[in-house]
Amino acid sequence: MKIPLAYNLRNLAVRKTTTLMTALGIALSVAILAASLGLVNGLKTVFTGTAHPLQLLVLRKGANSELGSTVPTDAFAILRAKSGAARDSAGEPLASQELVNVANLPSVDNPKGMNITVRGLSATGIEMRSVRLVAGRWFQTGQREVMVGQAVAKRYPSARIGNRIRFGKGDWEIVGVMDGGQSVLTSEIWGNFDQISADYNRQDSSSSVLLRATDPVALDALKHSIEDDRRLNAFAITEKDYYDSQTSSGAPLEFLGIFVAVIMAIGSGFATTNTMYAAVTRRGKEIGTLRILGFSEGSILLSFLAESVLLSALAGILGCLLAMPLNLVTTGIGSMTSFSEIAFRFRIGLTALLSGFAFAIVLGALGGILPARAAARKEILSALRES
Amino acid sequence: MDIVIETKKLSKEYVRDENRVTALKNVDFRVPRGDFLALMGPSGSGKSTLLHLIAAMDRPSSGEVLVLGQELRSLRSRELARWRNAHIGFIFQSFNLIPVLTALENVMLPLKLTALSVKQQSEHATTALQLVELGDRLHHFPRQLSGGQEQRVAIARAIVTDPDFILADEPTGNLDAASANEVLTLLAALNEEHGKTVVMVTHDLHAAHFASTIRHLEKGALLPQGQVPQDWVAAAMTVPVHSRFVGGSEMTAR
Repeated sequence: MKIPLAYNLRNLAVRKTTTLMTALGIALSVAILAASLGLVNGLKTVFTGTAHPLQLLVLRKGANSELGSTVPTDAFAILRAKSGAARDSAGEPLASQELVNVANLPSVDNPKGMNITVRGLSATGIEMRSVRLVAGRWFQTGQREVMVGQAVAKRYPSARIGNRIRFGKGDWEIVGVMDGGQSVLTSEIWGNFDQISADYNRQDSSSSVLLRATDPVALDALKHSIEDDRRLNAFAITEKDYYDSQTSSGAPLEFLGIFVAVIMAIGSGFATTNTMYAAVTRRGKEIGTLRILGFSEGSILLSFLAESVLLSALAGILGCLLAMPLNLVTTGIGSMTSFSEIAFRFRIGLTALLSGFAFAIVLGALGGILPARAAARKEILSALRES
Repeated sequence: MDIVIETKKLSKEYVRDENRVTALKNVDFRVPRGDFLALMGPSGSGKSTLLHLIAAMDRPSSGEVLVLGQELRSLRSRELARWRNAHIGFIFQSFNLIPVLTALENVMLPLKLTALSVKQQSEHATTALQLVELGDRLHHFPRQLSGGQEQRVAIARAIVTDPDFILADEPTGNLDAASANEVLTLLAALNEEHGKTVVMVTHDLHAAHFASTIRHLEKGALLPQGQVPQDWVAAAMTVPVHSRFVGGSEMTAR
């Protein structure tokens, strides 16, 4: 690179309106791409943040979610007796029989109502999760009381402490708000297993059983033991694998985001090409002069290509700045497996920002190559005659 | 005698609007080292074409141009660019400074192709600008300079690589009389005091007065040394008396 970069930078500054408009076009593509990646990343964080590495989720064979699964109560007794299961301080196995269903609540985004996961579980089930009480109190056994996750409390006006919500056979009083951190638990409503299963006429079965192993070796053994046990007609999946599979909920949005970013990128790529062609035309005399001073065709090509890349780098930074405030946004997405809304926060991290920036650079290089080639190929004499 | 530029039967034809136009025909001439040659002639006489062929900015239709004993047509584009940087200093009528670069940066440009460090480039460029008496304008942009100052920056840029010869295409064409005199005096000083070979294209009799040799072109042909085009004699009568005496023969006026 023989021609100083100051030449390109100052030329970009001289035509600042054109530079800014072109950069803005690319920046929007970058922002959309970074937002799409941030969305999927946020969703993945929520799902992976839910999983405990030593816990197995037991579902009916053939079921792909808790909602579509039925595990009989007698199977729960067999599971509790399996060797390799971790135990609590009282010596009881860490196993939780859980019932999962959905309730419909009007939300901030959707006044007509959105499905929320309702989970019926025991005190052991709560102990097996990383959740803490942030307001009110825990539900009491034998009462029509529920807890709501923090995201539910924020996003659903009717889900405040003291309010009553309707699902199953009647109303339930909200008595507390729990924080599940960056996990799907914060998007759920929890109540007592017996109370909720009675409301849904499921006293003799649950949707799933959560089982904790003592260590990773026991986890594998336990998993095989469950799947080989013909009495159970069930399979076990690690919590991590189960929630990993649910990140597919974000796949259509990710595809849509990338698709829109690419379509916009094609448009802004053409805008870059157009801007750079105009620059080449306007600076014909300068190109001729540089050639006379001894700069080769290659130097001219590199210089104009560098200018296009500098323009897109500026756009890349602008796009990242546009996307970054989304990190403060919490939104919800309908899960295709639980048929309920899962709240999550955009996570536009370094990887998403670098991907967006690299996307801009590639766009600048592709958009600038033809004009740079045209600049390099100008005949000296005809270039000098240009005004 | 050390010959810097030599042309042999040099011709150039263009096709313009399906008509064949002869810009130069069978031009034979030599420029010895240390000469200050003024190429004169009316518009369309072929003087700029000759300059462009010497600088290998254009290709001849026939004949040869030998510069420093080398036929430039044999060089590839990249080699030619390097050659121009090392051997030619070019001065344009409209200065052709890069508007977004300061005077110092403009003069440093040709040095970017050398092995000098940035500090050395800056030192060389500063010296060249001081030589053209613009040492106090190093960080001015072209728009902040007068026409005469711009052309002096262009001269500094042309000499900063210490080229073998300087090609000047109507260097005073865009200047007022006072600035033109400054520029011409500077070119003459470069020739006399620094031994630079200068080939200047001009149609200005006053500018030619600063050269040590004048050659005339008429309709693409180089007139024999000392010969002047007929219509130019009539035109010369209209210029001020102090300039008129220089027209009739090969110049050794200074």
